[in-house]
Amino acid sequence: MNRFKETLPALAVIAALLAIWWIAVSATRSVIFPTPWGVVTGTLELLNDGTLWRHIGASLLRVGAGFLLAVCVAVPVGLWMGWVNGAYRTLNPIFQILRPISPIAWIPIAILWFGVGNASPIYLIFISSVFPMVVQTTVGVHTIEKRYLRAAENFGVSRHTLFTQVVIPAVLPQVLTGMRIGLGVAWLVVVAAEMIALHSGLGYMIMDSRNAGNRYDLVIAGMIIIGLIGLSLDGTMRLLERIKWVRWRYAH
Amino acid sequence: MPTKIEVRDLRKAFASDKGGALSVVENVSFSVRDGEFIAIVGPSGCGKTTLMNIMAGFIKPDGGAVMIDGVARTKPDARGILISQQGSVFPWLTVRENLMFGLNGHAPANKMAIADEYADIVGLKGFEESYPHELSGGMLKRAELARALVVKPEILYMDEPFSALDALISLRMRNELLRILAKEKHTVMLITHDVEEAIHVADRILVLSPRPTHIQATFDVPFAHPRKLSSREAQELRVAILRELGVDHE
Repeated sequence: MNRFKETLPALAVIAALLAIWWIAVSATRSVIFPTPWGVVTGTLELLNDGTLWRHIGASLLRVGAGFLLAVCVAVPVGLWMGWVNGAYRTLNPIFQILRPISPIAWIPIAILWFGVGNASPIYLIFISSVFPMVVQTTVGVHTIEKRYLRAAENFGVSRHTLFTQVVIPAVLPQVLTGMRIGLGVAWLVVVAAEMIALHSGLGYMIMDSRNAGNRYDLVIAGMIIIGLIGLSLDGTMRLLERIKWVRWRYAH
Repeated sequence: MPTKIEVRDLRKAFASDKGGALSVVENVSFSVRDGEFIAIVGPSGCGKTTLMNIMAGFIKPDGGAVMIDGVARTKPDARGILISQQGSVFPWLTVRENLMFGLNGHAPANKMAIADEYADIVGLKGFEESYPHELSGGMLKRAELARALVVKPEILYMDEPFSALDALISLRMRNELLRILAKEKHTVMLITHDVEEAIHVADRILVLSPRPTHIQATFDVPFAHPRKLSSREAQELRVAILRELGVDHE
């Protein structure tokens, strides 16, 4: 009951926006811009002929591959940069320069290096999600509270114990935050990445719907589906906050 | 009793915000006998914590030395464990894992047995698998104490360990500490702002001056345990110490 009460305002706003949308389209008698109902029927059409699942699957595969690759690179590099000052001083300037470059700017180079296929969008997703994760991991190591490092020093433990029992567990929540940000960015970029002429993926579906007959109902359907999948990806990452290795950080 | 700690002409200054040096510790010398319980009281901000950090090896002094058993102590090790006011029980490890943390060179099964033994000693039996965030403030202090005791340190450095606890739990922790120390002989250095606490637990009380700090007065506490803090002698001692601290308190 309480939950219902809490979500009520949000639902009301969504309903109001849908109503405004519907009224605006009807009032202007637009033939190109669809009504909400048009989007629903468009979505059903995509579901029925099975193309929607194919596109979703293709997008998730690319995001999954690019993101996991980025995790494999970013976490060790971030730990290394956080722990070894020389590594930080050497690599941080490079990352700071590369980080603000929009993944879209990488498209020509991606095509040059990887051609037109799955590798290009995977590379673009990788490049967009790797930096936030490196930064979060590095900051995570840098912000480990001194009192814990001092306690470890006091007990005279080996460097190995220090790393596995203090540094890694202490940064894990930050790594997870970085992964959440990284996955969010990866999903954000998939549409742009799939605009490189491929024949599958939600990004492709959106561009193709527009190019092949101004099907704006399918464009909007694609946008909404991207939003919903992004939301559930984030929800999945939040579920990870409950695993015991990081729960100490959130359980207060 | 042989001398355990010998502090000689300790000096320490920090760079101040305005530039220049801010002298914090100036010519502090004293010695501590093996197994002695020393309490350090002094006005807040006087440099007590700095002094203790130097003694435990975490801060390098500008001059002077800390000798433990006649050998200069220059860096921290498990022979002297520091318990700070804010606490440092690892929140990502269970109580048992925290206690096992400092146990090097034991077989895993032994580590666990030793950890559980000390959890029992400090009254945390049944909480071995709890995480720190599941414990109360008092229990957290017990865990911290147990983690220090488990490595059998020769010296315990305690920096206001119980001051964040409420009065009742703080009092109970003092009694627990005395009970444990009666069995395991450690040399203890305790910083406190609570004169009554110092009289309750210590064999000797050092009163530090305001910054730059030096030892302003030393009081022996010749009362046998368990101590009666309401006794006339204890009250007189309390008034004398407070007077040293600049508080006129009947």
